[in-house]
Amino acid sequence: MHQRILALIRKEFLALLKDPKSRMVLIVPPLIQLLVFGYAATFDLKEVPYAVYNEDRGMAARDLLARFRGAPSFRQVAELGAAAEIASLVDARRVLVVVRIGPTFSDDLLSGRPAPVQVIVDGRNSNTAMIALNYVRSIVDRFNRDWIASRGLAAPPARLETRAWFNPNLESRWFFIPGIIGLLTLVTTMLVTAMTVAREREQGTFDQLLVTPLRLPEILAGKVVPGLVIGTLQATVILILATLWFRIPFLGSLPAFYAGLILFLLSGAGAGLFISSLAATLQQALLGAFLFMVPAVILSGFATPIANMPEVVQWLTLIDPLRYFLVILRKVFLEGAGFGLLLDQYWPMALIGLGSLALAGWLFRSRMY
Amino acid sequence: MDRILVADSLAKSFQVGKRRVVALDGVSLAIRPGAVTGLIGPDGAGKTTFMRLAAGLLVPDGGRIEVLGLDTTRNSLQVQAALGYMPQRFGLYEDLTVQENLDLYADLQGVPRSERPARYAELMHMTGLAPFSGRLSGRLSGGMKQKLGLACTLVRAPRLLLLDEPTVGVDPVSRRELWAIVDRLVCGEGMSVLLSTAYLDEAERCAEVILLHEGRVLDQGDPAAMSARLAGRTWAVTGPGRRPRQVQAELAGRPGVVDALVQGEHVRVVTEAAEPPVGLDGLEVRATPPRFEDCFVDLLRCRGRTDHAARAGGNPVDRAWTPAGAGRTEGAVIEVRGLERRFGEFKAVAGIAFSIRRGEIFGLLGANGAGKTTTFRMLCGLLPASAGHLEVAGLDLRHAAAAARGRIGYMSQKFSLYGNLSVAQNLDFFARVYGLAGAALRKRLDWALAEFDLAGHAEQLSGDLPLGYKQRLAMACALMHRPEIIFLDEPTSGVDPLARREFWQRINGLARQGVTVLVTTHFMEEAEYCDRLAIMAAGRILALAEPAAIKAMARSPEHPEPSMEDAFIRLVEDTVEAPA
Amino acid sequence: MSTRGGPDIRLRGGQAMRLRGLIRKEFLQIVRDPSSIAIAFLMPFFLLLLFGYGVSLDADRVPIALVAEAPSPDSADFMAALQGSHSFAPRVMASMPEAEEALLKGEVHGIVRLRADFPRRLRLPEGAPVQVIVNGVDANTARLVLGYVEGAWGNWLAARAAGQGQELKLPVALQTRIWFNSEVKSRNYLVPGLVAIIMTLIGALLTALVMAREWERGTMEALMVTPVSMTEVLLGKLVAYFTLGTGGMLLTVGLAVWLFEVPLRGSFWVLWMCASLFLLAALGMGLTISTLARSQFVAGQIALIATFLPAFLLSGFIFDIGSMPAGVQVITQAIVARYFVAIVQTLFLAGDVWSVIVPNALALTVLAAIFLTITWKKSRKRLD
Repeated sequence: MHQRILALIRKEFLALLKDPKSRMVLIVPPLIQLLVFGYAATFDLKEVPYAVYNEDRGMAARDLLARFRGAPSFRQVAELGAAAEIASLVDARRVLVVVRIGPTFSDDLLSGRPAPVQVIVDGRNSNTAMIALNYVRSIVDRFNRDWIASRGLAAPPARLETRAWFNPNLESRWFFIPGIIGLLTLVTTMLVTAMTVAREREQGTFDQLLVTPLRLPEILAGKVVPGLVIGTLQATVILILATLWFRIPFLGSLPAFYAGLILFLLSGAGAGLFISSLAATLQQALLGAFLFMVPAVILSGFATPIANMPEVVQWLTLIDPLRYFLVILRKVFLEGAGFGLLLDQYWPMALIGLGSLALAGWLFRSRMY
Repeated sequence: MDRILVADSLAKSFQVGKRRVVALDGVSLAIRPGAVTGLIGPDGAGKTTFMRLAAGLLVPDGGRIEVLGLDTTRNSLQVQAALGYMPQRFGLYEDLTVQENLDLYADLQGVPRSERPARYAELMHMTGLAPFSGRLSGRLSGGMKQKLGLACTLVRAPRLLLLDEPTVGVDPVSRRELWAIVDRLVCGEGMSVLLSTAYLDEAERCAEVILLHEGRVLDQGDPAAMSARLAGRTWAVTGPGRRPRQVQAELAGRPGVVDALVQGEHVRVVTEAAEPPVGLDGLEVRATPPRFEDCFVDLLRCRGRTDHAARAGGNPVDRAWTPAGAGRTEGAVIEVRGLERRFGEFKAVAGIAFSIRRGEIFGLLGANGAGKTTTFRMLCGLLPASAGHLEVAGLDLRHAAAAARGRIGYMSQKFSLYGNLSVAQNLDFFARVYGLAGAALRKRLDWALAEFDLAGHAEQLSGDLPLGYKQRLAMACALMHRPEIIFLDEPTSGVDPLARREFWQRINGLARQGVTVLVTTHFMEEAEYCDRLAIMAAGRILALAEPAAIKAMARSPEHPEPSMEDAFIRLVEDTVEAPA
Repeated sequence: MSTRGGPDIRLRGGQAMRLRGLIRKEFLQIVRDPSSIAIAFLMPFFLLLLFGYGVSLDADRVPIALVAEAPSPDSADFMAALQGSHSFAPRVMASMPEAEEALLKGEVHGIVRLRADFPRRLRLPEGAPVQVIVNGVDANTARLVLGYVEGAWGNWLAARAAGQGQELKLPVALQTRIWFNSEVKSRNYLVPGLVAIIMTLIGALLTALVMAREWERGTMEALMVTPVSMTEVLLGKLVAYFTLGTGGMLLTVGLAVWLFEVPLRGSFWVLWMCASLFLLAALGMGLTISTLARSQFVAGQIALIATFLPAFLLSGFIFDIGSMPAGVQVITQAIVARYFVAIVQTLFLAGDVWSVIVPNALALTVLAAIFLTITWKKSRKRLD
C-alpha cells in the first residue's frame, strides 16, 4: 500500500518538475516576488517629498527647517514664494507635505508666545498621510524639547518614555516579510493542487487513477504530499533569504516554524483539492483558486489588522488558514515564540486542513461522472 | 484549369521536444476538380499537415502548393475565401446553438443576408438538422456535430472542400449520411472534395485516392484499379470446427502471408505471390476478390513497416501470464441485470442485462449517445448506477475493496496517459500503482517495452508520441499488472488500420489465455473479432448474440450476405424511428 | 494582418459583417457560460463588499493595558485621559507581569505604566516618566498606538494646566490640515484602490483563457480558414469583454459611491474615460497571457502568479511607491493597476486634477498599446 502511494507521489513530482517550464514556474517567480515584494512591502516612508513656504526670516525658523532637511525621511522638493502655489503642488502629488511658517514665527517664539507652524498633508492615502504627519510631529517635538532645555523653561510635569518590544525601531518590513512567506507558499500550493487536479480531469487521467487499486484517501495523499514538499522547500529558501538578505531576526524555534508551515500547507492543499473537486474545467478551477486566494490574503491580517475589521468579517477570518499562519510566522520570527504560545494557531489549521480534505474526498466520490 | 490543387515537392517539419519531425517530405501531387479525392495513410503520415498547408494555415518549409491557381502562402486570404475546410474537431462553438453557429460562419464568410434563408433551408434539409436549430451544438451527438460542422463550412458554397478525417469517432449511420451529402455536393453542385480518412472502406468510395506514408506519396490512382493489382492474391480461409480467431492466429506471421484478418466466419488472407497459402492442415481455402484495404496493407508492409502485429498474434502475449481466475470453473465474470442510469430526466442507460464468460471477448456497439460509455463507466466503478445489479468478478467495483480493482485493466477512449512523463515513466508508474516492485517490476517493464515495440521511444514524452504509439502505450499500461478482465473504451478510434490489426492480434492472444475482454467500438469490422456483441441504442440493448447471428438478422433477399455495418444500421433504424 | 489586395472584394466589404458576427458570438458565449458573468459581476460585488468592510487601517478601541503601581488621585487622573479616548479599550491591570503576559499573548497592543513614585516625581522640575511599551511586531499599529497615547498625554497636560489656572505652553504649536480626506478615513482611499485592484483581476481573468480556449477546442483552426483576419478576431473579443468589464466597473464604482459613501469629487466622465483606458490595458494583459500561453493550464498559472499579488503589493494601493527602492519602482511601472490606483484615488478624493490624470492616463494608453500590439503580433493567422 505504501508502495502505491509512493509511486503516485513520485509521478506527481515528475509531472511537476520534469518539464523545465513548469519547474521554472515553481521556482523562479517566488524568488523574484520575494525580492520585489520584500522591498515593496513597508509602511516606512523614505524621502517624503515636501515643500516649504517660509515667510519668516528669523533664526528659529531656519533652525526648524534645517531639522527637516537633515532628516532622512524627508526630501525637500520646492521652496514656495506664495501661498497660491501650495494647491497645485499638492494636487499633482508632487509633494505629500507642505510646511508653512508664518511671518511672525521667530518673534513669537522668542517672546514666549505660542508660535504656530502649519502643516498641510495630502490625505488621499490616509495611512501614508498619518505616517508622514507622525514624522513631522516627532521633528517638532524634538525642536520643542531642545528649545525648552536651551532656554531653561519649565518642562511638562510628565513625559512619555516609549519602548517597542520585538521591533525596537518599528521597522514595518520586519512585519511584512515573514508574512510574504505565507503569501507565496499559498500561491504555490494553489498551483500544485487546484490546477493539477483540474488538468488531470480534463485529460482523463483522473479516471485512470480511480480504476487502479488506489483508494481515494491515497489519491488525495498523493496530491497533498508534493504540495507539502514543494511548499516546505520553497518556504525554506524564502526563510533563508529573509534572514540573510533582508536581515529579519529569527528568534523562535525552527520546529515551531515547520510545524506551522506543514499544517498551513496541509490546509492550503485541502482548500485546493476542495476547489478542484468542485471544478469541472480549468477555467472553473482558476476562478475557484482566485475566489479562495484573494479573500484569504486580504482577510489574513497581512496588511490590515484583523482587529480593525467589523465583527462579522472577523468571524469570516476564522476559516482563513493564512490568518493563523501569519500569526505563527510573526511570533516565531520576531517574538521567539515556541510551541506553547502557538497551540491556539495550530489546531484551527489542522482542523481546516482535515475538514477540507474530507470534504474534497467526499465530493470526488459523489461527483464521479 | 484542369487541376484544382497542385503540390510541388512540398516539405514541412516540426519541432517536437528536442527532435525535428518530418511531416511532409517532398510531396508532389495534383487533384482533379469535380470529384472526391481521398487522402489515405496511417497515423503520422502527414495527412493533417497537408490539409493545413492546402488551407494556408501553415507555411511550407520547401516546395509550394497552389489551390485554384493561387499560392496558399502568398495569397492565403484569397485561398481561404474560396475553399471550405472542416478541421478534425469540426470547429464548432459548443456553447452556441446550431442556428447561431450557422449565423456566425455566414457572417464570417460574408454571405449576404438576402441569400441566407434559402441557403440555410437547403443546408438544414441536406443535413437533417432542421428540428435542432435551437439546440446547443455541444448537446448534439457526434454524428450531428459532424454534419453541423460540414454545414458551417458550406454556408457559402466553396469550390474546394477539405475534410480532415470527418468520420473519426462517428457511428456508421452518421458516416453513411455524411457520404450521401458529399456525393450530392460533388454530383449535384460540381464541388471538388479532398477528404482524409483512416477508414479504408471509405477510400473505395473516392474517385481517386492518394496514399501517403511517412510524409511521401506512395501511390495515387483509382482505388478499384489499385486493388485490382492484388487479383489472385486474396483468399478466404475457413477451418471447419475451429474458431476463425484460432485460424487467424495460425496463419498470421507465416512465410508468404502478408495479412490475415478475421472477417465473419472466415479469415481473409493476402499472400505475397498469386498462389494460396501453403501447408495448411484441414483448412479450406477459396479465392476472394481483392479490396482496397488489402492493397493498402500490402503496400505498407512492403515499405518495411515493422510487423510486430504478426509477432503479437503468433506468440502468446506473455508466456508467464496466468490470470488469477484462470484455473477456476467457467462462469460469468461480469454480470449485469436491470442496470439503469439517469441524468436528471434523461435515461442514458435504461435497464440492460448481459453476462460475460471468462476468456470471452465481448463487444458493446452503438451509435454516439447510445449509452455504451455510460455502461462502461458504471462497470468500472467510475459512475454509480441509478438502479439494477452489477457484478465484476463477483464484486461491484464502486464499493469493492481497492485490491479488487487490481484485477481489472482499463484503457480509456482518450488513451489517458501523462503527457509530460516519458514512456518508461508512464509504464513504471502504472506498474507500481498496481503493486509491482523490484525484479518483477523491471522484468515487466522490459517485457512491455519489447512487446509493444516501445524500446526506441522509452525516454520520449508520451505526449509527443504519434497516436498509434500512444494507443500501444496505453494498452501496455493497462496490462502491466496482468489483469484478468480488461475494459477497452473505443481503443482503436483514430488509429490507422495497421495499428488496429496489431491491437486485435494482442487482444486475441489475451483471450486465448483466459483474460476476459470488454470492448466498445465504432468500427463495425472490428465487431467481427468479438465472441459476442451487444448492440445498443437509446440506452437499451437491441441485440445480443454472436456476430454471425447478428448479421443473420439483417439477411434479406436483396442482401444475401449483409456486412456487420448493414446489420447494425438495419437494427438501429428499425428500432429508433425518431432521432434520439 | 493586411489583405494584400486581391481579386476578392468581399475581403474588405464584409469586414463590418464579420466583426458583428464575431462580437455577437462572444456575447452569446458570455451569456451561455455563467462563469464569465460571475467573474464580471458577482466577483467584483462580492470582493468589494468583503474588502470594503473588511479592510481598514484605522484602529479604534485598541486594547491596551493600564498599570498604576500605586493608585493615587494623580494616576487616576492620567488614566482617565486614556479611558476617555475613543481610540482605546483600556484594561486596568494590577501588575506589570500580568500586563506583559497579556502583551505577549496579543491580548493588548501596548502597556501604559505609571510607577509607584508617579505622584511624587510629577512635582519635581524634570517631571515624571510615563512608561509606554508597545508590541512592535505590527509596526504600523504600534506607531498608531504611540500616536494615540501621545495625543491623550497632550490632552491631559492641557487639561491639567487649565485646572491650575495656567496655559500649557509649547514653544512651537503644530497646526495640521489634512486635505482631501479630512476625517482621515482609510476606507476613503482603500475603496477606490480596491476598484482598481478588483478590475485588474477581472480584466485579466476574463481574457486570460479565451484565446487559449479557442486553440484547445480547435475552433481557432476553423476561424482561420474563413476570410476573417486575426485583428477582427481580437477586436471581437476586446469589444465583448470591454463591454462586460465596463459593466463590472460601473457596478464597483456605484458600490463605492453609494454603499461606502466615498465622495466622488472628480467628474464621472473623466472617470469613465480613464476606466476605459485602464480596461483596455487590463484586458490586453489577459489577451497577451492567453496568446503567448496557448494552453489554458499555463495561461491559468501565469494569471494566478502575475495578477493578484503584484497588483496588491506594487500598485501603491497599500504601500507607498515613492518609498520603494529605485529598482522596485521601475518594476511597478509595468503594473497596470498602479496608474489606475493613482487616478481613482485622485478622482474620488481630490477631483479632476489634470496634472495627475494626464500622465497616468498616458501611461495606461502606452501599456494598453504594448499589450495589444504583442497580442496582435503574436497571433498570426498560421498554425505554426
